[in-house]
Amino acid sequence: MTDHRSASPGPHAPHIRTPVGVALIMRRVLYALAPALVAYVWFFGFGIVFNIIIAVVAALVTETVCLRVRGQELPVFLGDYSAVVTGVLLAFALPPLTPWWITALGSVFAIAVAKQAYGGVGNNLFNPAMAGYVALLVSFPEQLTNWLPPRMGDLDYEPLSLLASLQFTLTGALPAGFSLDAIARATPLDLMQNELGQMRTVEEIRGSFLFGDFGGRGWEWIGNFIALGGFWLLTRGIIRWHIPVGVLSGLLVCATVFFLIDSGIHPSPGFHLFSGGALLCAFFIATDPVSAPSTERGRLIFGVGIGVLTYVIRSWGSYPDGIAFAVLLMNLAVPLIDRYTQPTVYGTGASNR
Amino acid sequence: MSAPLSYDPQPPRPAWGVRVEPHKALSMGQGIRIAPLPRQVRVPLDLTAMRVAEAIVAPGDSILTGQVIARFPGPGGNAICAPVTGRVRDIAPCPVPVAGNYQARCISIDTAGEDRWSEDCKPLEPAGSLSRENLQARIARAGIVGLGGALFPTADKLRTRTPVNLLILNGAECEPYITCDEMLMRDRPERVIHGAAIMLRALGARQAVIAVESDMPEARLALKAALAETDEPGIGVAVVTAKYPAGGERQLIELLTGQEVPLGGLPGDLGIVCQNVATAAAVSDLFRQGRPLISRIVTVTGNGIGQPGNFEVRLGTPLRELIAAAGGYAQPDCQLYMGGPMMGIALDSDELPVTEASNCLIVSTPEEMAAPRPEFPCIRCGECSRVCPARLMPQDLLIACMAGDAERQAALQVDACIECGCCDYVCPSQIALTARFVQAKAQQRHWRLDQARAAEARERSDAHARRQAERAAQYADGPKADPASGEQAMKDLMARLGQRDPTDD
Repeated sequence: MTDHRSASPGPHAPHIRTPVGVALIMRRVLYALAPALVAYVWFFGFGIVFNIIIAVVAALVTETVCLRVRGQELPVFLGDYSAVVTGVLLAFALPPLTPWWITALGSVFAIAVAKQAYGGVGNNLFNPAMAGYVALLVSFPEQLTNWLPPRMGDLDYEPLSLLASLQFTLTGALPAGFSLDAIARATPLDLMQNELGQMRTVEEIRGSFLFGDFGGRGWEWIGNFIALGGFWLLTRGIIRWHIPVGVLSGLLVCATVFFLIDSGIHPSPGFHLFSGGALLCAFFIATDPVSAPSTERGRLIFGVGIGVLTYVIRSWGSYPDGIAFAVLLMNLAVPLIDRYTQPTVYGTGASNR
Repeated sequence: MSAPLSYDPQPPRPAWGVRVEPHKALSMGQGIRIAPLPRQVRVPLDLTAMRVAEAIVAPGDSILTGQVIARFPGPGGNAICAPVTGRVRDIAPCPVPVAGNYQARCISIDTAGEDRWSEDCKPLEPAGSLSRENLQARIARAGIVGLGGALFPTADKLRTRTPVNLLILNGAECEPYITCDEMLMRDRPERVIHGAAIMLRALGARQAVIAVESDMPEARLALKAALAETDEPGIGVAVVTAKYPAGGERQLIELLTGQEVPLGGLPGDLGIVCQNVATAAAVSDLFRQGRPLISRIVTVTGNGIGQPGNFEVRLGTPLRELIAAAGGYAQPDCQLYMGGPMMGIALDSDELPVTEASNCLIVSTPEEMAAPRPEFPCIRCGECSRVCPARLMPQDLLIACMAGDAERQAALQVDACIECGCCDYVCPSQIALTARFVQAKAQQRHWRLDQARAAEARERSDAHARRQAERAAQYADGPKADPASGEQAMKDLMARLGQRDPTDD
């Protein structure tokens, strides 16, 4: 180097950039969830709307407090919508009738412990929404299994009004004539697991009004809309195919194998696909880039791992749906997966030696 | 004639790279225009730190166009030729528009208003009668360097020690805005082919392929038509997908041959030599017209220039005069860039001279290029590694760079980074990745030097310890001679003292 060189004056190359920033990515994730939200409200009432509002407000307040404590720039980091996405995903995982303080607690845990304690956006080891959900699931198992029956099928279906939902969410009280025991139902996955445990066959269990063509009634349609949103994200390049394909193939291959072995005690692959959070996980939860591996092969492995673990937990675990645990367990495996899936850098392959 | 290598006109799409708004039509409205002779030129002597030329003219000397005014030391015989006729004003450091934006020692020449050519500038046809060495020497003396931006002396690249199977003429101009090579292939395809034929002879190779991008159908047709008219054997045209950075040397070789240039190696390791199409045209001009490298085609483009287009410009022309030739600034607050928007450098003045590396001058309006935005934390979305043509993991390298961990950077092969800027382009967090990797690559050189020094010191210390130990062992062994002889000595001693043998007890 000659001594007359000095630092470059202008900005560094490249001088053009994609307009897709983190905030736009997060906003598109939210847009993609909108169709599923509409289906959700149709089948299970307005509870989820209150859950979303409470979870998002709690997430934003927690984020603000944490950022202030950590001395970070508020406008930059609050404007990224990542806390909003966390809140919305948590709300999607919760039953429609969840007391507000449980929702808020989950949101606070997700943001404060699972995200900010690790250093904020980009640094969290675990999926914040799933960490928050699991914290609630192990702390409040009863409240988190009180699902409402879906619209249709139930002959004496009486939807909770907007006000009644709000009243329950805020105060835990139901209008006269309603009791939680009377209106709450298990989820199809819950029912399947319980009844299978009581030596019934899949065919018998599926006679319940909670079941539709493949999975749970209502859940199927929500699943369709989630997949719709997911495909839109794929076409916009917001998510890539590796994780969704991994999750769904992991789950479906396991389900198909056991279904073929004994369809009496193993529900069909369609049931697994359209029940619980399988599709939400495949397109929206497991695709959180921060807590997923960074290599493409790694993301496929990560997805397959989640799918297989979900099947294992659903079939032989004590929780009806295994999504959250599967995601968190695979989050733990991310450094290992990354380590063993590094691509071969150009010009360093064996063929070049 | 038929192409020596049969390539699919719609080649497979590479997994890496980015599709960027091309902005090429802007400067392709008309053919190549000749820029007026400049009033003053500045010819840099040390455009790259590796090669420093020595001036053979002094201030006050009268200069003719094409005359050798500086030579590079060494056996290559590489020279620099005067781009204009005039008088040397001075030889002093001046800023130049190449990476680093540093000051190079420049010969400043005031032009005389006329263009008288040196006696040396005579056509060298027929080139076919000249020997390989002779061709190389003439190319070196004419000051021809790679016009793709690397500035490597063409003659040195033609003097290969290992046999060359394939000459690639790189016309895959993948950066947005830049059209100088495409216009050259459209307007002067016969020069590219003629130059390629001479280079083949100078290399002793038989096969050449001119690579164009799939979005340059006119250039491809022009080359095909010109090829049909010549009797040059072994030259073909190949099409590669128009995707940035398909025109990067290593990427182009991968696309055309499926082979990868080893890290730290050169295309020559694969029996391949890459030359820019403009370099081939310069070689043709030398032999057919007797014209050494005194000018190049520069794309002047951007929304801030009056009449964008491609100009044949004398080297050393101040950008200000080139901008005037292109209709001047369209508005006052323009920013200048040398090169394309992906790898080009921002300039802070229009007084800088055109160099051999100046393929494109972008005069941009403030809203044309991305304004610097604050960096956001990496969300590990992986888009950077998806587009990286070197298959690096920029997101992991970023962590290694922020930690200043040279060992980790080396493990992640930061040296394989070709600085194309794709990772920056796609990063949703607007992280300046490439700039960090450029810095890391520079630090790697220091780090390796330190490592080597440390290893040497350790070896020396070990050797010293070993010698110490050996010496100590020698001293320890010294008095302990053979036990048998010691016993004998004791017996002898006892015998002499007239006592009985002590071992008899």
